Amino acid sequence: MVTIRELTREEYWLPGNSSCPGCPAALGLRMLGKALEGRFVLIIPASCSTVIQGIYPATPSRVPLLNVAFAASASTASGLRAALRIRRLEVPVVVWAGDGGTADIGLQALSGAAERNEDVLYVCYDNEAYQNTGIQRSGATPYGAWTTTTPLGKREHKKDVPMIVAAHGVPYVATASIAYPLDFVEKVKKAVSKKGFKYIHLHAPCPVGWRFPPSKTIEVGRLAVETGMWILYEIEDGVLKLTGRSRALLDPSKRRPLEEYLRAQGRFSHLSEKDIEVLKEYVEARWRELRRLLEERGGYLR
Amino acid sequence: MSSLPVTAIAIPRRGAAGRTGLWRVEKPVVDHSKCIKCLLCWMYCPEGAVVRREDDSVEIDYDYCKGCGICANECPVKAITMVAEHE
Amino acid sequence: MNRLVISGNEAVALGVKLSRVQVVAAYPITPQTTIVEKIAEYVERGELKAEFIRVESEHSAMAACIGAAAGGARAFTATSSQGLLYMSEMVFWAGGARLPIVMAVVTRALAPPWSIWCDHNDALSQRDSGWIQLWAESVQEVLDTTIQAFRIAEDEEVMLPVMVCLDGFILSHAYEPVEVPRQSVVDSFLPEKRPAPYWLNPSKPAAYCTIAAPDTYMEFRYGVYKAMRNAERVVREVDEEWRRLTGRSYGGLVDCYRCDDAEVAILLIGAWAGDAKEAVDILRRKGVKAGVVRLRATRPFPAEDLRAAVEGLDALAVVDRSLSPGLPSILWSEVRASLYDAAKSIYVKGFIAGLGGRDVTPGDFVEIVRSTLEGVRRGEPGDVEWIGLRGDVSGHH
Repeated sequence: MVTIRELTREEYWLPGNSSCPGCPAALGLRMLGKALEGRFVLIIPASCSTVIQGIYPATPSRVPLLNVAFAASASTASGLRAALRIRRLEVPVVVWAGDGGTADIGLQALSGAAERNEDVLYVCYDNEAYQNTGIQRSGATPYGAWTTTTPLGKREHKKDVPMIVAAHGVPYVATASIAYPLDFVEKVKKAVSKKGFKYIHLHAPCPVGWRFPPSKTIEVGRLAVETGMWILYEIEDGVLKLTGRSRALLDPSKRRPLEEYLRAQGRFSHLSEKDIEVLKEYVEARWRELRRLLEERGGYLR
Repeated sequence: MSSLPVTAIAIPRRGAAGRTGLWRVEKPVVDHSKCIKCLLCWMYCPEGAVVRREDDSVEIDYDYCKGCGICANECPVKAITMVAEHE
Repeated sequence: MNRLVISGNEAVALGVKLSRVQVVAAYPITPQTTIVEKIAEYVERGELKAEFIRVESEHSAMAACIGAAAGGARAFTATSSQGLLYMSEMVFWAGGARLPIVMAVVTRALAPPWSIWCDHNDALSQRDSGWIQLWAESVQEVLDTTIQAFRIAEDEEVMLPVMVCLDGFILSHAYEPVEVPRQSVVDSFLPEKRPAPYWLNPSKPAAYCTIAAPDTYMEFRYGVYKAMRNAERVVREVDEEWRRLTGRSYGGLVDCYRCDDAEVAILLIGAWAGDAKEAVDILRRKGVKAGVVRLRATRPFPAEDLRAAVEGLDALAVVDRSLSPGLPSILWSEVRASLYDAAKSIYVKGFIAGLGGRDVTPGDFVEIVRSTLEGVRRGEPGDVEWIGLRGDVSGHH
């Protein structure tokens, strides 16, 4: 497991970009750069990450970066990978897309690329809404969350994109959190060492959209994992393993009360007791499924 | 006719959005006597505005630090305090 | 020289193979399917060394071509009708991104109602996209134009994607004898080391297609405009060079048939120019000095070449195989606009025919010319007339 000191001093996402203070996407891009030591090319669809680049003629990216239309990132990556292969440039192609461009409008292209087992790394940084256009709900918005299009709280549960991708039988799927950057870096390095389609779903708490002070980005991300709401795992060749902090949380008594996570965010401030129960049951159900998978099937998805 | 490239092609540079240090309302101040050089603030800074020196001590790049306060919030020994930018 | 009897679609695939395309990403749609199937065959047999991405939609097909071209590869796709509309966002993206992609559009009517048959609405719907649009009349021209398209697209003064349009079923599935240029001829014609306007290069990092604020966006669009103006010259030059290499050319931007002493001409695009030429021969035998002006390009719209071609005419019958509801018709409007300042005033009458694959015969074209001449004689305005409507449609408004 990589240590902090081993992370390169080089910055591949330069400071002074137009991200909000406390932005998890900017931190994610910084960590991605350090994980791959600047040897990769980026594809970014319409998302916060398009806008945090700033405006022509300057960019904070020290790696080649192709901006593309919203629904198109996984297919553009497929084409770019083919071209670089022809040019014998064995440099990883990395998609950096938001939850909108992944779970919703980008899902078809993602599924197509996964089914073709394209040799790309797809990272979805999930701030759980269409934050860039002003906090509208996405398929990845959790139950009960306030957004501008769900002012009374979303009625549907979060779309489980990592498991959808895993159902395609790709070599590597993982979840990660911006609050556990070393776990994320480890997963990025492992992913690019494999051939075929790799997917990492990075939890990215957004101070503006989730309504918490910008100093709490890491704290909120940590609470998501500590309460069991966000689970760190990886699925390598169809076998699931919990990673990092989540390994110890199979035991429900080790998880912090869900209220601690919910109370830290303004987007959940209106939740009724009943809503909180629904969310607690949702968390319990997911861990029950995982326990069954791990204990009865040794982690084998199929 | 300007000499623009064929499409929008942007060149990497620090301060792509200008001197974002001007955004600050509060700024982090490091107490080096308390700092244990754990480098958590350096890792967690979304901006890369915490500079890691040769000896693993840190200093803040006030040109670009946006004053989010993550560094102060995460420091395990409370060596960083957020101070109002203007008195 | 090799002579083969092949279909329009096979000609596209053959052109792609001879042009040594490196990345193909396409999604099947009638009547384009055999292009993609033929290319898949070439790739599997090792005759074409290309990466063939079997994408899951047309939108992804163009996105993959954009990724490939931005990665420095020669890229190709093909589609029709609904597929082209679905892809439209990325079609415009490719134009604005100045990527030299070539796409065959097997022109087919748009739904609803569902129709797999030929008209020109699909390709013309993309006329604002920044793509060069070339239209073929014969299978030979399909083959030659596909190869020319790469040369035009990759020209440093152009750097715009090119659409090669062939009529659905009428050309795509019709078998005609063609002369196939030797590989060595095509290799000398298409530079192997393709100059790309840019490509993602790890040793020179940059961000592409970023946000441009109001103070810079317009100049990028002016660049597209200038490139399109340059394309007028380049399309002519490339056709001329092809003539020197193979003996075949198509008039550059405008293909004229018996226009030298013509008094009236039919103006149109696509394969039915062949039927119009037969009509002209019929009319000539009856003493009517008729000709055909076939636009080989709709983008760039060849205003200059058109004005030269119609100089001696008294009347022009513009026949559209498309409809822009709210506008009398597309080509008629563009032709009239480009002739507005011409020294001599020409009577321009418009016709809409052949939508959804409805058959249009040489006899219909003869009637079109007669109707045009009648309009001149009576001093009527050259409004657009619909040809071949059936039944009583007066109840429809």
